[in-house]
Amino acid sequence: MSTPKTNPFCETANGHFSQLCEDFFSLLKEGEDATCNLQSEQQDYLRFNGSKVRQSTFVQQHDLQIQFQSRNRRLDVNAQLSGHRDEDLLLLKQLLARAREEVQVLPEDPYLVPMSNSGESHRDHVGRPPEARELVDYLAECTRDTEFTGLYATGPMVRGNRNSRGQKHWFSSDSFFLDYSLYTLNSERENKAVKACYSSNQWQQSEFLQDLNEAKLQLKMLQKKSKVLAPGIYRAFLTPSALDELVQMLSWGALSLGSYKRGQCALAKLYEGKEQLSSKVHLSENFDLGMGPQFTPLGELTPMQLPLIQGGKLTTLLSNLRSAKEYGTESNGADLGENPRSLELKPGTLTRAETLKKLETGVYLSNLHYANWSDLQNARITGMTRYACFWVDKGEIVAPIKDMRFDESLFRLLGAHLEELTAESRIIPSTGTYQIRQLGGKKLPGLLASEFRFTL
Amino acid sequence: MSTNLHFNPNPLPLDQVDLLKKFLAEITSQVDWAGIRYVQEITHWRGTRDEKPDINSLSIEKGVCIEVLLGGQFAYGTTSDLSPAGLLRAFQKARDMAVAIGRHGVFSFTKSHRPTVTGRFSSHHNEPLDQTSLAEVTDFLMGANKRLRVSEKIVNSQALAMIVDCEIRLLSTNGTDVEQKFLLMGQHYSATAQDGGEAQTRTLNGSLNRCYQAGPEVFDKDRIFVECERVGREAVELLTAEECPSDIRDLLIDPDQMTLQIHESVGHPLELDRILGDERNYAGWSFVKPGDFGKLQYGSKQMSISFDPTVTGEYASYAFDDSGNQATREYLIKDGLLERGLGGVDSQKRLKLPGVANFRSSSWNRAPIDRMANINLEPGHAPLAEMIANTKKGIYMQSNRSWSIDDYRNKFQFGCEYARLIEDGKLTKIIKNPNYRGATVQFWNSLKALGPASEVQTFGSPNCGKGEPSQVIRVGHSAPPCLFSNVQIFGGGK
Ligand SMILES: [Zn+2]
Repeated sequence: MSTPKTNPFCETANGHFSQLCEDFFSLLKEGEDATCNLQSEQQDYLRFNGSKVRQSTFVQQHDLQIQFQSRNRRLDVNAQLSGHRDEDLLLLKQLLARAREEVQVLPEDPYLVPMSNSGESHRDHVGRPPEARELVDYLAECTRDTEFTGLYATGPMVRGNRNSRGQKHWFSSDSFFLDYSLYTLNSERENKAVKACYSSNQWQQSEFLQDLNEAKLQLKMLQKKSKVLAPGIYRAFLTPSALDELVQMLSWGALSLGSYKRGQCALAKLYEGKEQLSSKVHLSENFDLGMGPQFTPLGELTPMQLPLIQGGKLTTLLSNLRSAKEYGTESNGADLGENPRSLELKPGTLTRAETLKKLETGVYLSNLHYANWSDLQNARITGMTRYACFWVDKGEIVAPIKDMRFDESLFRLLGAHLEELTAESRIIPSTGTYQIRQLGGKKLPGLLASEFRFTL
Repeated sequence: MSTNLHFNPNPLPLDQVDLLKKFLAEITSQVDWAGIRYVQEITHWRGTRDEKPDINSLSIEKGVCIEVLLGGQFAYGTTSDLSPAGLLRAFQKARDMAVAIGRHGVFSFTKSHRPTVTGRFSSHHNEPLDQTSLAEVTDFLMGANKRLRVSEKIVNSQALAMIVDCEIRLLSTNGTDVEQKFLLMGQHYSATAQDGGEAQTRTLNGSLNRCYQAGPEVFDKDRIFVECERVGREAVELLTAEECPSDIRDLLIDPDQMTLQIHESVGHPLELDRILGDERNYAGWSFVKPGDFGKLQYGSKQMSISFDPTVTGEYASYAFDDSGNQATREYLIKDGLLERGLGGVDSQKRLKLPGVANFRSSSWNRAPIDRMANINLEPGHAPLAEMIANTKKGIYMQSNRSWSIDDYRNKFQFGCEYARLIEDGKLTKIIKNPNYRGATVQFWNSLKALGPASEVQTFGSPNCGKGEPSQVIRVGHSAPPCLFSNVQIFGGGK
């Protein structure tokens, strides 16, 4: 197989973006500055239900966000571009005129970060993901009798950043994900399902079939009669996917300096040393995962490795230049919302072979669903079990469980009740597609806990 | 003239409409049917925090969604490139995809599923955008910050306005021509109080829940400032409030939490595409089965809920959905009995069940799916004061802050910002961290009293998420205060 080349869509987008930025920056007057951020994609989205196609959508979009600064004021203007220079430049001129008008009446922004040049960076993650139409027949056939349901998303995504001080950053990725579930009825005729996700930048039949066959095997185990658990405390093993649903909550301001200062940070007690996690917990931002740009919309470069929790202690909160200015601290290159983009939880030593034996008697949780804070200040999260969750007795999988509601604090789960983390980690790419397909992801191990609380 | 809120540099010009019509005429021979939905949306986010500017943004979204029907299959091509070449590329992608789907589609659709319609809709507002200056709005939001900061203990005061000016034009090869214009106002006000290790947040009716089809008249100083002072005070009160008890008692729910209760435990499970399983890999399936319509006693006899996109001023009112289906008011649940689901024409045909006009998309870059619009709970006859007086042991909860429900929409757990105990017919102690949990059908069957029409309140949200690819949609909900018997409640703590 030949090496994939950069997708022509990415090259065209890059050319258009640099030309448009050049045109736009040349219109700026003394005392005016601007940063331009481009998010572009050309995506095929193909949705299956029961091994049949429910809907397909092709999306081509270029979303340009401009931060305009003048007279210590700022306005963000966003526009969807056509991709044609004259038309787009006309729109930008209209937006610039509006921005100039607005800075005359907006109040001064005390936390405005003057623009500077953070340098240049360029990364293209090339690939050759198949178009959606190439996979319709294949997926419909090879998933027959599994009620295969899910989403195939494929195509190039770009992120560009430039400012009027000469800074230039570029990131592109050409990849796909197939996020799916398989269904069966158990002996009581209840719906049971298993979840999987295959993602890469080139489709490898053997890799996909291995994933699919593993899922099919799990589906068989789900056909037994479900065990109904009473609310209470159980030993539990959380796979990386299950743990992901909980770690995802850290993106709701739990690691943000600004949110800490404003009384809305779930890990405040940890940051203040009033709580402590297990010394096995080491959490960092790791951009070596290569799943998203290292630069932020402000143009800052986040360190490649940024330790946040070390040996159970939360030593660093994510901060950007704006909140650093407001709170008199240093920025560590966080994005606008000061949320993590590429988290890695350091693995432990628990091997796959030992997992069930060490769990002994308890629940094996493949996936969790719909997490939300039930008590923010105590980092307590409620949510549901979902998909392939099993009752394990004396180290053996005995039966699937009926879905249960949990309500558990991260301070307990990642603290005194964390027994071990697995030696093997999993890369979990973002499959978010609100407005535009998301970049980023996480790398997480599985977790064995001595206590996990079910409430309903 | 001072800078005002009106900004629309390129409204859809007539020649652009002619271009889209001409394009449809050119492709008509290549497909069984095709439609074009043009969407332009101009959004202002105006926000201040602690009397300083926080967010000022202005965005223009513009593009088309081309829907193609060929050989029984619909497919969608969307683009922000409105040039003839851009339209052609999006069309060709959709056409090729319809062919590729072929025999693998979930259903074979026909032209009759997209009948010809023509019409206009314009949402109601009292004041136009061009009569309100940007400076006035900024002053108003900063004034709200000031009212929220009732004490030194308030560490964060936020005021936020989301103003949307939206225009949708629907055209098709069989002569459909629908124009709908919306002016939408969303507001959010919150105060966080902190003292030592305790922090509590109080908002005006939950997060960005004050959403209406209206004009800038919603920035009503006299009303909003008084309410901001109240929630500021309540945030401080919560710092020293008692923890919510853990027991089973009667639960009186304020309309601002009822809207969330309706949304999660009635709206979503009744969506026909969820019942069909389209959504089961993402948001989830539904405990409701096709055979439950006309049979399932969803709630007590006092529960009647309608789908109603015809209410003037409610956030998700419209005249036509994105398939051109004319919107009408329909009962979903009447006297507690499940009558009808929330599904557009496509789902209705697949399930052979009646539905509603709710095939809607978030914007030009997404295909429509079954969505909520306005879902409203009808009032009863028990005034709030009377419900309190008749409750021996209860709790009165207000304003949502946490929500979670399983993928079949059964086992839910909701948290509120603020509560008061009800003891021997009287409101007593203020309570922090109030939560309750239950299972949908059992819970709605424990509904024992509802407030009268005069106590109904209406809210809305721009953030109902669903779909693959995902999209958010605007919804509206109205409800009176409601009293439920014997609900499991509990508080916070590690
Ligand atoms: Zn929703």
